[in-house]
Amino acid sequence: MSNIAFSPEELSRYSRHIIIPEFNLEGQKKLKAAKVLVIGSGGLGSPLLLYLAAAGVGTIGIVDFDTIDDSNLQRQILFTTNDVGKLKATTAAERIKALNPFIEVIVHNTQLNSQNALDIIKDYDVVADGTDNFPTRYLVNDACVLLDKVNVYASIYRFEGQLSVFNLPLPDGTRGPNYRDLFPEPPPPGLVPSCAEGGVLGVLPGILGSLQAAEVIKVISNVGEPLSGRLFTIDVADFQTRTLKIHKQESTKIEKLIDYELFCGLKNENMSSEVKEITVGQLAEWIDSGKEFQLIDVREPHEYAIAEIGGILIPLAQISEHADRISLEKPVVIHCRSGVRSAKAIRELQELHGWDHLYNLKGGILAWADEIDQLVTKY
Amino acid sequence: MATIIIPTPLRKFTGNQSTFKVNEAGTISEAILSLTNQYTDLKKHVIDDQGKIRSFVRLYLGDEDVSALDQKADTRIKESDVISIVPAIAGGIY
Repeated sequence: MSNIAFSPEELSRYSRHIIIPEFNLEGQKKLKAAKVLVIGSGGLGSPLLLYLAAAGVGTIGIVDFDTIDDSNLQRQILFTTNDVGKLKATTAAERIKALNPFIEVIVHNTQLNSQNALDIIKDYDVVADGTDNFPTRYLVNDACVLLDKVNVYASIYRFEGQLSVFNLPLPDGTRGPNYRDLFPEPPPPGLVPSCAEGGVLGVLPGILGSLQAAEVIKVISNVGEPLSGRLFTIDVADFQTRTLKIHKQESTKIEKLIDYELFCGLKNENMSSEVKEITVGQLAEWIDSGKEFQLIDVREPHEYAIAEIGGILIPLAQISEHADRISLEKPVVIHCRSGVRSAKAIRELQELHGWDHLYNLKGGILAWADEIDQLVTKY
Repeated sequence: MATIIIPTPLRKFTGNQSTFKVNEAGTISEAILSLTNQYTDLKKHVIDDQGKIRSFVRLYLGDEDVSALDQKADTRIKESDVISIVPAIAGGIY
């Protein structure tokens, strides 16, 4: 730490840290020397990046492949209305560089996957996981375990949040529990509703992302006791909070990165019944050419109220019960928001009835809004 | 009466009830069984075909993981006990 120095401007900027007796100049030096990778610059990533930058973390990496859309602005406070359509990682980097010009910001405009994860993560000291899906959660966890990196984790759903610090080095030389010690396997797709179906209170990632930033700062500065071996849960609806114990499980073995889409059941090597697909372009042609077909929408009524493309609404949970409403005479296109639930509906119907006239709309109503009709609301 | 806390993602199977009061004295297993008997749709989200707790859900008695207790799910519960079901949540678009 002896080679870390501060300019007078930096000393003034960080003075409220430096005057905390247990933090002091040493803590601030540790922050400046640290390299933190924030994966996902959305709801959790917004407060995380703002506070880590403000606090003076010397090098901050941002991984995100996504672009900003209207539905992000309810919670992703890094971005403004003028940013819609821009790349999240690049925009986030500009925002935090403006907040603190004394830090280094590295942009990774890419989707983290099993091929690039180790290479990206290896150069950082601490990882903060602010992603929004199970495959990436397990990928980040496993990569951190393989590379001996601390993984500061937070996750949100509606009014509920979870927080923990995984893989923390312990005084005895071992590492604290990781995500797989808590949840060895992800739920099958469709079992747990996604935020797209379930929604999230906009301020919730603000709370959890800020707590995540606090844990990152504690881990780096060695101040306080990080939330290792414990899971903090909060339900802001009734303000129930709990701190639960997490134990290491002998069964947890992570030897290499795997195919996480396969692991999370989002694709299946031996798909018992294959799902035929149709692109939004093909569907538009079917409509233009007057082809006879039926369109079924398996989303929820509140989603239908936001955006719809003329399909008959039968939510996924009722699809088998209402199978009599599905045409046997003409091809049937089934769609949802992104194509995951409609594929599940098709598999269910094919297994029950052996039908072969069902087509999944690839990319769902989101792809339709992107490629065919920009007036359809994305959510 | 011990209480079972139902997490948000599973409340759609309990008619939006966030807690469940266990009427009879007994073990953690029996408490979960009385919950899933009342809300049958909930069962497959918590217990697998072999009757084991599913790998994407954890059960807690107070702040302790049920699988770390000496008697595990056969631990007898007191009236003041709180059992929580904690599910894996990913936070976004699946």
